[in-house]
Amino acid sequence: MGDSARCHNSLVTVRGLSFSRGDNKIFTDVSMDFESGKITAIMGPSGTGKTTLLKLIGGQLQPSQGIVTVDGSNVHRLRRNELFVLRKRMGMLFQSGALLTDMSVYDNVAFPLREHTHLPESMIRTLVLLKLQAVGLRGARNLMPNELSGGMARRVALARAIALDPMMIMYDEPFTGQDPISKGVLLHLIKSLNATLGLTTIIVSHDVHETAAIADYIYVVSGGKVIGEGSPSEIKHSASEWVQQFMDGSADGPVHFHYPAKDLQDDLMSSGKRY
Amino acid sequence: MMDFIQTLGRNTRSSFTKLGRATFFLVQTVIGIADILPRPRLLLNQLYSVGVLSFLIISISGLFVGMVLGLQGFYILSDFGAEETLGVMVAASLVRELGPVVSALLFAGRAGSALTAEIGLMKATEQLSGMEMMAVDPIKRIISPRFLAGFISMPLLAALFSAIGIIGGQIVGSGLLGVDDGAYWSQMQAKLDFQDDIINGVIKSLVFGFVTSWIALFEGYDAIPTSEGVSRATTRTVVTAAFSILGLDFVLTALMFGDD
Repeated sequence: MGDSARCHNSLVTVRGLSFSRGDNKIFTDVSMDFESGKITAIMGPSGTGKTTLLKLIGGQLQPSQGIVTVDGSNVHRLRRNELFVLRKRMGMLFQSGALLTDMSVYDNVAFPLREHTHLPESMIRTLVLLKLQAVGLRGARNLMPNELSGGMARRVALARAIALDPMMIMYDEPFTGQDPISKGVLLHLIKSLNATLGLTTIIVSHDVHETAAIADYIYVVSGGKVIGEGSPSEIKHSASEWVQQFMDGSADGPVHFHYPAKDLQDDLMSSGKRY
Repeated sequence: MMDFIQTLGRNTRSSFTKLGRATFFLVQTVIGIADILPRPRLLLNQLYSVGVLSFLIISISGLFVGMVLGLQGFYILSDFGAEETLGVMVAASLVRELGPVVSALLFAGRAGSALTAEIGLMKATEQLSGMEMMAVDPIKRIISPRFLAGFISMPLLAALFSAIGIIGGQIVGSGLLGVDDGAYWSQMQAKLDFQDDIINGVIKSLVFGFVTSWIALFEGYDAIPTSEGVSRATTRTVVTAAFSILGLDFVLTALMFGDD
């Protein structure tokens, strides 16, 4: 894979990124490129800080080292209002959907338009209905978020994320907890939005098969490092045992089934005092 | 012993960091108020949920507190043959102390806890993060309107509490116990001072409204985003607000009425 070839066409670049929470190192010296107009996936087990990475790209967290650039600007060097200008062009789909619970579906999708534009209400209506049509929920516009299923909530959040026609969109675990039909719907939506709107797409996920089916490029992250990268087929045939275990979902391998503990026999024979 | 000193040090440090965060939060909130002015709708919605929805609890409590004052006052004053001054006693206790203090305590329990829980849950369900990613500042959009609404509602609720309490005192005093109705009102008019009693009472409730809203919103915003975290934050709001209200009441009373 020609790394330099990917570089100059990438919308988002991450260079030498390190981040820690207290003494806990989440990332050490991570570098990634997210190519313009492509779907790039970040995969890895739960708890490896994949969501944290999205928050670092979105400028919600400050890295201890390293540079994140989005469309040429260094995210963590921007002033707050410049960052907000940039964020209007970045969509993000949270794992929970993060819909505002005191507003209807319609008002949720209209929210960014009302906050950031001075469009007349009639034009907002047209835009909202078109966005809801794109995710197939035009008929659900009067429902409140608590009346939606998990899959529908994510689709509404998706409609809201594309309301301002962003240049890129970040998905945080879009398939987690979804039934097969909703997964299929989301897969189709992610793929078609990427194709029709030319959205640069970043997906964070541990759903191997779904993600591998639509991704153009995959980074596998574990223990704060990138341990494998390449196209889906390259990843599937990776020489790394760890990547193999992750892709196959085997219970034991380089990642052990057991949390570190002392020998079972010693443990059972010991006095039982808490240590 | 070392453990004790270490814990003491850690707790002191974390209290001060929290105070720092809270102050920073307050400054941002106050700056954010400027953004509400062009959008009064945001404030009106909050005035409704923070203020109007507290009407019932404030009015009913005010009525009962006034009635109890009427009863107790009558028993004591009639020993001295001074039951005509019942109006002064009821009105002065309400306007100076009970109105601002009790309504602030009720406000902390009714509206403050609701604010903390609401903001805490918005944080837990990533609504605040989501807003930030949509380039909307949650402090300006969510916190500032609620803060201003609390600050405006508090003196109005305290006034309502005192007014209904005075009527409660009158119902018991002149309605049931036979104090002269004219004496009840005219003594009150003669003895209560606008500056000393009413303005000072309003100042107190403005201070309480400010502090209670600040505590409630900050606890929600600073809550650990889990169900346990939000529940603890809600408890902390009520406890901290109650202490602050009672402590500040002592300080303010000493400052306002100390010189007479």
